[in-house]
Amino acid sequence: MDTFVQQLINGLTIGAIYALLALGYTMVYGILRLINFAHGDIYMVGAFVGYFMAYQLGFATGPSLVGLSVVLVGSMIAAALVGMAIERFAYRPLRKYARMTTLIAAIGVSLLIENSFVARLGAAPRAFPQLLREQSYTLFGNAAISKSQILIFAVSIALMLLLQWVIFKTKVGTAMRAVSFNLNSAKLMGINTDFIISFTFALGSALAAAGGVLTAQYNPQIDPLMGILTGLKAFVAAVLGGIGNIPGAVLGGLLIGIAETFVVGYGQNVGIPSTFRDAVAFAILILVLLVRPSGLLGSTVQEKV
Amino acid sequence: MPTLKRVIATIVIVIALVLVNAFMSKEGLFGFGIGAYPADVLMTLTINIILAVSLNLITGFTGQFSIGHAGFMAIGAYSSAYLVVYHAQFWERSLSGTVGSTVAHALIFLVAIAFGCLVAALAGLLVGIPSLRLRGDYLAIVTLGFAEIIRIVILNIDKVGGATGFSVPGYSNFIWVGGFAIISIVIVHNIIHSDIGRALVSIREDELAAEAMGINTTRYKVLAFVISSALAGLAGVLFGHYRQFLSTNDFQFIRSFEVIIMIVLGGMGSLTGAVLGAIVITIMPELLRKLPGDFSRYRLVVYAAMLIIIILTRPQGILGTREFSLSWLKRARKRPEGAQVVGGTSGVSIAEQGPPSAIDKEKDRENL
Repeated sequence: MDTFVQQLINGLTIGAIYALLALGYTMVYGILRLINFAHGDIYMVGAFVGYFMAYQLGFATGPSLVGLSVVLVGSMIAAALVGMAIERFAYRPLRKYARMTTLIAAIGVSLLIENSFVARLGAAPRAFPQLLREQSYTLFGNAAISKSQILIFAVSIALMLLLQWVIFKTKVGTAMRAVSFNLNSAKLMGINTDFIISFTFALGSALAAAGGVLTAQYNPQIDPLMGILTGLKAFVAAVLGGIGNIPGAVLGGLLIGIAETFVVGYGQNVGIPSTFRDAVAFAILILVLLVRPSGLLGSTVQEKV
Repeated sequence: MPTLKRVIATIVIVIALVLVNAFMSKEGLFGFGIGAYPADVLMTLTINIILAVSLNLITGFTGQFSIGHAGFMAIGAYSSAYLVVYHAQFWERSLSGTVGSTVAHALIFLVAIAFGCLVAALAGLLVGIPSLRLRGDYLAIVTLGFAEIIRIVILNIDKVGGATGFSVPGYSNFIWVGGFAIISIVIVHNIIHSDIGRALVSIREDELAAEAMGINTTRYKVLAFVISSALAGLAGVLFGHYRQFLSTNDFQFIRSFEVIIMIVLGGMGSLTGAVLGAIVITIMPELLRKLPGDFSRYRLVVYAAMLIIIILTRPQGILGTREFSLSWLKRARKRPEGAQVVGGTSGVSIAEQGPPSAIDKEKDRENL
């Protein structure tokens, strides 16, 4: 039972990160029907911006709450700018062409970011400075929760509530929903769709960067290719929950995080080696899509002519 | 094509293949030859052409977005390698006695190729039947998922080397690879110019309308998927026996992306476009190795930047849905003043014209 609770906590931690990333995928997909393959790299960029900020601003010397907040917010802003720039220069010129074209541009941007970072900084992992005094609290039994895990839960829940508020309670959010329903009609209603799309990329990228910095606190190793697999699994999480659906992205992220941890923790007992950790996300996705072709919370589409 | 012309064409191709193969060998042809490095690039290029042409059948012509090509390639490579490594020695011994070792090698390799294609086709069938119910991006992510699962499963099979890799006897040379590349192109060309091809294109243009016209869309989609997988398996067999060493790292999803980039860059729904895309994507990073001094460190950065620039300047792909053909040159020569006739706009598909509401069209389909 103790290990079960422990696994659950660890799984939810990873899941929360996947959820933060999945939100970016799902929002961009909702608005542009684009799989933004560069999103995982934004997560990496966020972690690296945090890393350099911590060193440049002198926060790396010792844990401090101020340092952590500055680094977190700073990297979110930087990533938002990067996300907007990518949309402006790589995706916007292609908007009127077939969607596959933008997808290739996204893969190109992803390769560009990864390769630039590898060429400039090398592929070797770097140690992220500790901005939070690590401490473990014992829950009931022997299950423990660390301070960085609490941080991940707190920040991601706060950000998700904030996102929910932006989307459903503000004017920009209303415009976002309109654009995601129909881009041209939204334009006819006087919505500045270019701005809304830019804003969506900024929001998604900021969430991804937050995910990057938070992961780096929990598991303080960052490298230029860290975003590839995490990004891919986060996308799987978004599809699992029903792509374009905000609560679905969170649900999908948490489910995949838990499933992965359980495969590593309990897989041996049922004959699944822990190397299947990276396959389990896809296996779950395939099984779910076979039963519910639009994901867990996605609306089933009845096609008409 | 009349039979005589066909026979002559076949003979010319075979002679060309043998000559090129001799050129690529260590001894060269009458003392002339290309080095080991260009020969390696040419081999990789030819294998990539098979991959691009086969993916184009399902993604370019049928409009089903698959990112799982690396998985089927891996299945072909590993299954044929398994067959050759664990069963071929016995056949080789018994065959060499009767027909000589060269013929024995060729026969074994043919069996390996057939086996690799068959297993990849079966995998394609298994993956295709359930997945092809899904549309668009859902299909894409499921095929990607299957490919990753295939890779991780192979990684955990100790009999084929697992994480340490798998050594394979090297049977393939350019005669095999080039020959099968031409065969794949001919197969795909014949399919898209048959009634099956018309059915596939109609599914790409409008699946509902195609179904209303009495086309069994599921059957055709699965058929295209199976053929495409078999050809990917073929590429895998040739790749494995050329490299003589298999590692699951060669079949990561980035490889599937690479093939998609080839067909989108060359022009989706164009056979010659796929070949052109394969050439560009294989040669470009190799040429960039020649960047002066410190710049060579940024080789892959420049490669990615060029990729983005190409797609921004030619969003419909280099050839669009058109086919490159020699008649372009002929017509241009006959009517020099009618330059606009060459590759005129009459055959431009709707997808290529790109209506401003391509995104909305997708959304409307969901919202209705």
